[in-house]
Amino acid sequence: MTAAVAQSQATVEPLLKIRELDKHFGPVQALYHVDLDIPPGQVTALCGDNGAGKTVLTKCIAGIYQVDHGEISWEGRPVHIHNARDSARLGIETVYQDLALADNLDIVQNMFLGRERLRNGLLDEDSMERAAAETLSSLRVTTVKSIRQPVASLSGGQRQSVAVAKAVMWNSKLVIMDEPTAALGVVQTRQVLDLITRLRDKGLAVMVISHNLNDVFEVADRIAVLYLGRMAVQDKASNFDRQSVVEYMTTGGLGRSGGRSVKDS
Amino acid sequence: MADLSKTADIPANATTDLTAAAPEAAVAELPPALVAQSLGGYVRAYVARIRAGESGVLPIVVAMIAIVVVFQAISPNHVYLSAGNLVNLFQQSAVIMVLAMAEGFVLVLGEIDLSVGFVGACGAAVTVQLVQPATTNWPWPLAIVAGLAFCLVFGGIQGLLITRLRLPSFIVTLAGYLVANGLFLKILLFGPFSGYPNLIGQSDNLHLIYQLMWGTIDPITSWIATGVVVAGLGLLIWLADSRRRSSGLVAPPASVTLIKIGFIAVVAIVVVGICNFNRGVLIVQEGVPWVIPIVLAILGAWTVLLGRTKYGRYVYAIGGNPEAARRAGINLSLVRTTAFMLCSFTAGIGLLLYASLLNGMSNNVQAGYYVLYAVAAAVIGGTSLMGGRGKPLHGVLGGLVIGAIYNGMYLLQLSFEWQYIVTGLVLLAAIIIDAVSRRGSASGSVTRI
Repeated sequence: MTAAVAQSQATVEPLLKIRELDKHFGPVQALYHVDLDIPPGQVTALCGDNGAGKTVLTKCIAGIYQVDHGEISWEGRPVHIHNARDSARLGIETVYQDLALADNLDIVQNMFLGRERLRNGLLDEDSMERAAAETLSSLRVTTVKSIRQPVASLSGGQRQSVAVAKAVMWNSKLVIMDEPTAALGVVQTRQVLDLITRLRDKGLAVMVISHNLNDVFEVADRIAVLYLGRMAVQDKASNFDRQSVVEYMTTGGLGRSGGRSVKDS
Repeated sequence: MADLSKTADIPANATTDLTAAAPEAAVAELPPALVAQSLGGYVRAYVARIRAGESGVLPIVVAMIAIVVVFQAISPNHVYLSAGNLVNLFQQSAVIMVLAMAEGFVLVLGEIDLSVGFVGACGAAVTVQLVQPATTNWPWPLAIVAGLAFCLVFGGIQGLLITRLRLPSFIVTLAGYLVANGLFLKILLFGPFSGYPNLIGQSDNLHLIYQLMWGTIDPITSWIATGVVVAGLGLLIWLADSRRRSSGLVAPPASVTLIKIGFIAVVAIVVVGICNFNRGVLIVQEGVPWVIPIVLAILGAWTVLLGRTKYGRYVYAIGGNPEAARRAGINLSLVRTTAFMLCSFTAGIGLLLYASLLNGMSNNVQAGYYVLYAVAAAVIGGTSLMGGRGKPLHGVLGGLVIGAIYNGMYLLQLSFEWQYIVTGLVLLAAIIIDAVSRRGSASGSVTRI
């Protein structure tokens, strides 16, 4: 196993392997026989139209939802993820779109929220501050004026960076990011894309959910497209172009757009 | 595999000039301690912060000066600043301070507890009833424990209703206010005291509770104790700050640390000095009332709990962003319920001090008033009504402001009508301060645009 960027994915055992995953909510089949491979050291983009099941799949991996059927293997071993704690123990961290940062707490406090270090029963601020600073500098997040400033005073890109740093600090192996650039301007989108590249270069697996094909083609090594709860396609990014991804997203296949009437609403 | 310390394998060109992306932020939005390297920088950052609307404790200092000047000018015989009245003022404020610290727990969560006055009064009434030699004659520690246990249970029930059934705290504690009011009157009626169990008598148990407010520490002991406490606290602050400075962590400059310690010492010397001034008219009366160290002990304990423990961190996190707290694996119901329990518990201590101040319990207790005073004090001190921001110290500072007004009105023998009007206006002023300070404040509240 190598952490280096491996373009020949065939030789790399996927970090996370999902086979025939089903998930339904009442009568609605949200995911149907979904297969997905996420190799280490690569960025996998998960695309799909609204309602395709991207978020449901993410939440199944993160342990928020229980899967109905299907297999999930982690580093080659079958695993059962029952709750968020299970996924965190495996090394899966999710950065949700709303980031889940407490505005009134500072950067260090947010990064350690729920996993504070203690000394003599009291919070060990010094050691937490040191570790947080180390993680931030390893991700080259250098714009923040002070690591002790409240998150409320940060820009959108900085907040995203803090949320990512919070996710990678726990020796995580897979970072899932839900629409990381959706609310950001041009410069801040740049910051976040650079950050994603850096995570990959550290050997982490990254799964990015995105609508923005510019971003997808910029950072993704692999692209997977969900269509109405089914995995329409997954392959190396170099085997796609913009047109084909859009076609998979809207029709579930290539050359099918004439056959079915697909209405964008 | 995901070795984070392994930074060497990052391509050098991965460094982006992120400075370009920095928001025009706002040095003014940051506490001066974070941006200043020197005393001058600290002062400049502080001024910038005040201009930006983050005024910190400044409004309190200004309000205090205004209140003192006005009441000193108009109080009969200019008695306001006499040692005797100032000690009185400390004693009256103590009740409000403790209640404001109680309210602080739930305010930081973004909730409110309207029942503190009467729940605390119930607890105090239980204690006062239990130590009566004519009836139960319990030893004072047991009686106090019983009273505070009542408060804990009452707060726990309210907390469970609010968290488990997801009811609004405003309504639950309003109901609690009425229930506790009724229970309070019931408790008073026990025994042969015509609804007025008092603390007058020879029993040591009665006497001890009376002493909570009226007992004093003699001047020599109090000076020694003050010296020890201030020196110990100063040393702790100095060691903590200099350790952080030397290991490159965020810390204020040494001069600022020294000024902070000096300020604490000056306040301590002034307060103890006032108390040790002979304020008696015919007999010698001097010494620090017990209530001052009691309030300081509560302040210290709750400051450590909220500022230095996991529990406190979770309280702030829930007040700031409950969803973030939930995802971090924090048990929201548990933290919230305990906060309501701690609130009622602290209120029990507050009203016990009140019972001591009034030398007993009766149905004249202004518990409804005291809720408003407590909320107003916490908010005037800097606690946000929207949650996420507030410290026990805010309750003490705000309590001093409210106590100063209350004491002044008392000296002027203002009629009840005016006392109601002034109380209402003070509460309104507190909320206006909260709203104004939240506008354009960085560290403010949950609501962010």
